Amino acid sequence: MSKYRYLCFLFVSMLVPTLAFGAGETVHWMTPHYTFNRTTVIAGARYFAAHCMACHSVSSLRYEYLTADLGMSKSEVMKDIMLPSGAAFKGTIDSPMPSDMAAKWLGKPPPDLSHMDRYLGSKFIYTYLLSFYWDPARPSGWNNYVFPMVAMPNILAPWGGTVGPKGQVIYPGKLSPAEYHKNVADVVAFLRYASDPSYFKRMALGPYVIGILLLFTILAYLLKTAYWLDLKKKGRHVDSRVKRS
Amino acid sequence: MSRFSVWVNQRLPLDETVKEHLTEYFAPKNFNILYYAGSLLLLMIVMQLISGFFLMAHYDPTSQGAFASVQGIMYDTNWGWLIRYMHVDGVSLIFILLYAHMFRGLLYGSHRTPRELVWIIGYVIYLLMMAEAFVGYVLPFGNLSYWAGEVITSIIHAVPIVGPSLTTLARGGPGVGTATLQRFLALHVVLFFLIILAAIVMHIVALHKVGSNNPDGIEIKKHKGADGKPLDGIPFHPYYTVKDLFGVGVFLTIFVTIIFYAPTMHGIFMERTTFLAANPMVSLPDVTPPWYLSPYYAMLRAVPNKYYGITIMITSVLLPFLLPWLDRNPVRSSRYRPVYKTMLIVAGISFITLAWVGEQPPLPKFFLIERVATALYLGFYILLPIISTIEPTRPVPERVTG
Repeated sequence: MSKYRYLCFLFVSMLVPTLAFGAGETVHWMTPHYTFNRTTVIAGARYFAAHCMACHSVSSLRYEYLTADLGMSKSEVMKDIMLPSGAAFKGTIDSPMPSDMAAKWLGKPPPDLSHMDRYLGSKFIYTYLLSFYWDPARPSGWNNYVFPMVAMPNILAPWGGTVGPKGQVIYPGKLSPAEYHKNVADVVAFLRYASDPSYFKRMALGPYVIGILLLFTILAYLLKTAYWLDLKKKGRHVDSRVKRS
Repeated sequence: MSRFSVWVNQRLPLDETVKEHLTEYFAPKNFNILYYAGSLLLLMIVMQLISGFFLMAHYDPTSQGAFASVQGIMYDTNWGWLIRYMHVDGVSLIFILLYAHMFRGLLYGSHRTPRELVWIIGYVIYLLMMAEAFVGYVLPFGNLSYWAGEVITSIIHAVPIVGPSLTTLARGGPGVGTATLQRFLALHVVLFFLIILAAIVMHIVALHKVGSNNPDGIEIKKHKGADGKPLDGIPFHPYYTVKDLFGVGVFLTIFVTIIFYAPTMHGIFMERTTFLAANPMVSLPDVTPPWYLSPYYAMLRAVPNKYYGITIMITSVLLPFLLPWLDRNPVRSSRYRPVYKTMLIVAGISFITLAWVGEQPPLPKFFLIERVATALYLGFYILLPIISTIEPTRPVPERVTG
């Protein structure tokens, strides 16, 4: 019977949602408000390079794609985005922090964020970034409502402010909540681009591809009508095809 | 005929084949919109072959490199994103077409005698497509791939005596890893694919032997003109080839709209968990099969007892093989069988409901829906032999209508 029990176990484990934050029905998910265009994504990329890239890689993406996809100039990318760590312009966007050291310092290596937006969704990332609270019991001093016991500290606290477990403001941030939320939304937009860099290409090409196919469809319809006309005329089919050979 | 084509035709029956299957294959003139699915499926198989060829050229079947190589296709390969979206979204569209094609068959009685083998071979193609789709979605080695590979191969464990060794054989080792990816790639691009191709050829040859059915479910061969050609039949080429060309246009427009504007179809065509690299330490938040398999998963879940659940699931997969014999009414088309038509529509809606509920988390509020839909779906097969003998039918026309 043990194999049946094993099978049962597998099916039961299929039925049980195991990620704690996946089942968070009490979480009030916030939608980031941004217009998803190149300007927003570039702003997000700059913000990401300044605040996130010291720890997080986006290693599926290469610096040069920021020029091709977003229209940034090479010098802008080199000045504002690339970290002074000997990174190559054609190389992947990697954090300069060695992952084994990061694991030692933070308990866990910071994840690569290349596909994070498609994996967790924009709402999750946005809400997560805005849900840190001060918790002296944690080694980093930070905890998070949507990702309890997370290893990441609230790196954006100087700008967004520090709140306590009940949402009370301990230190106000340097930015107004509206400005801060806009910055975070920009980062979310950048991560959305990073997880799906074909987006701008698809949007630019889509209308042409659909247009050509619609044209083909119309021509095919006219061709069909022309061929079927002789069926209607004769009432029934007589093989009127021009015999080849 | 040129001397060259005479030379060729004495050695290879080109003209004969074209005549038999295209220019002198007489198809009923009253095909409706549901009849586009067959030729579109043929088109999609070719598209999967082409996109699959390019994907395989960039794919690395190792547990270390698979996910990265697929992301390399998405990020670094010219047009790689287009090729991959074609291949991935193509699967979902193939299953939409397959379901439409099968429903059309049941609606007009195309599975009834003398077309039993057309139906059976077609259903085998559907089952092979499920296997092909399964080995295919393990290949990118995202976290969904990993866990799907683990769970599905472990089902083989239930086989008496040889189960555990068969599981090891399927995986190429104790767990899902490089050996699994390599044998799944071989199955995906060689064995399963070639069997599917062979089955498609058999499906078409069998169909052309008995001739196509039509929405009225009557034989067009019963009324032939003086020239021996069916009065209600028209040559497949050029009439249906140009008509299908129009169908191809409409279909491709929908296909590229999906690829360009909703390639993941909000997580239905490409699930979120495929975007995390395979990780045995991270279990999935919710393991649900892709939408085209979820009706069977919902039926498995509907039964509180696991053994009966598996039995129900396997039964529901195999029951359609018997349909040509379960239906005992002399009338084929549902156009003249209102009761059968109602039953079929209820079964169809139950199947769609099961597909939806199979994607939901296993919450008690869905249990009732799951069970009612399972009962209604299986009820179709159980009641069909009885109802088909006593149901009232409308008079069937001699010649095709519309």
